[in-house]
Amino acid sequence: MTWDYSDMGKWSWKKHPRGAVIPKAGTAHDYKTGGWRSQRPILDKEKCINCFFCFIYCPDTAIIVKDEDMKGFDLKHCKGCGICAHECPKDAITMVDEIKAKQQDESASA
Amino acid sequence: MPRTVAAIGTDAVAEAMRQINPDVVPAYPITPQTAIVETFSQMVADGRVESLLINAESEHSAMSAAIGAAAAGTRVMTATSSQGLALMWEMLYIASGLRLPIILANVNRSLSAPINIHCDHSDSMGARDSGWIQLFSENGQEAYDNTLQAVRIAEHPDVKLPVMVLLDGFIISHSIDRVDFLEDDKVQKFVGSYTPEYPLLDAKNPVTWGAFDGLYGHYFEFKRAQQQGMLNAPAVIKKVGEEYGQMSGRPYGFFEEYHMEDAEFAVVALGSATGTIREAVDIARCADMKVGMIKLRMFRPFPAEELVKALSGVKAVGIFDRSDTFSGTLGGPVFVETRSAFYESPVKPLMSSYIYGLGGRDLSFDLIEKAFAELEETARTGKVKERINYLGLREGEVE
Repeated sequence: MTWDYSDMGKWSWKKHPRGAVIPKAGTAHDYKTGGWRSQRPILDKEKCINCFFCFIYCPDTAIIVKDEDMKGFDLKHCKGCGICAHECPKDAITMVDEIKAKQQDESASA
Repeated sequence: MPRTVAAIGTDAVAEAMRQINPDVVPAYPITPQTAIVETFSQMVADGRVESLLINAESEHSAMSAAIGAAAAGTRVMTATSSQGLALMWEMLYIASGLRLPIILANVNRSLSAPINIHCDHSDSMGARDSGWIQLFSENGQEAYDNTLQAVRIAEHPDVKLPVMVLLDGFIISHSIDRVDFLEDDKVQKFVGSYTPEYPLLDAKNPVTWGAFDGLYGHYFEFKRAQQQGMLNAPAVIKKVGEEYGQMSGRPYGFFEEYHMEDAEFAVVALGSATGTIREAVDIARCADMKVGMIKLRMFRPFPAEELVKALSGVKAVGIFDRSDTFSGTLGGPVFVETRSAFYESPVKPLMSSYIYGLGGRDLSFDLIEKAFAELEETARTGKVKERINYLGLREGEVE
């Protein structure tokens, strides 16, 4: 169903679906959990064998795969749990401090 | 043909459940409720009802399964008592918060400690703010009638709240009483088919139940919407009670008024005690005592406005409670709520709280007559002697 909830923050109590039901699928995509992250996964593509263990184990479907090739991480949703790094049989994923990674991003773009 | 039978209260509820034929019944045994599900299980085993019976490993699990099954889109019923209801506590709030029209028969029993299996209302009064509608029964007939009506009330689009049908442990549950059962087809026509609002198993319309709200913060709005279900409930309970009366000859409202028209003092009570009090009123009336009784059927939502109106003509009211609030000085739960309901009223009767029958202690005529005499004196003198009274408590030295 189509269900526009973009302005839900302004809704009256009368407008919400009964019992806090979410009457639409896929809304978790709009829930950006990347802000929870304190550790960021970094991929070493040289070591990656495209086994997709990370894709299977990721609890947030935050592994980006295109044309059967592991491309990296959806950082808008990755919570930094580190399961991908733990499961990777080739140690191709390392977890780094998120704040440091962010500082590096900023200095790179500056 | 309607059938008139001699039945114990638990069998009356089980028969109502068979006639309703709910999709799912998850349950766990506990005295004195066990007899309901035991009888119902036999009906399932004998192929007399199509319900899926789930033997859960605890009451917490039974209510969890009820919630899951109701969210899936099925009509669900269960039953419990006492510690069982207490163990369901966490899930009771989830059932009402998710607005699932689950029906629960609670056979009233005291709460431990000390361990006691007999009747009082501590269990259901503990759940009075859990967002469930609560309907009390005087006898097996009312337990049967309330169970059938509960389905219509819970599933009504203006309400969508779970309903608890209360019947007194042993006094109703295990006592044989005359009960009129309706015909199966009449019951089926009355309860109708159930159309769930957001069935989880409808793969074409995927929905999420029980999502986390904590970070976006709409919890407040949902709780207000839940209260609206409770605010809408009285009109639905009234309409369903009238319709049920037309079908069965037994109409139901929020409460029953007995000899209230010219009463100078009155008693408010709920559950099986009202049968004894009615007799006591009859006896007292023979001795020219102007006493009346209000038998409260609907405790949640609380019929504050109507109760105030019904009691405005009397000078003194004794509120009988089969449980205590442990608030120190406030008295029993029905007393607290009735007194609160009168706050804005310009005319207020004098009120006293009578706590009786805890742990199954008998409420004898002697005790009711003692309360009547005290209330008559209050009405005459305009003074409340004791605000909080423990009726039938052993006090002082045993002679």
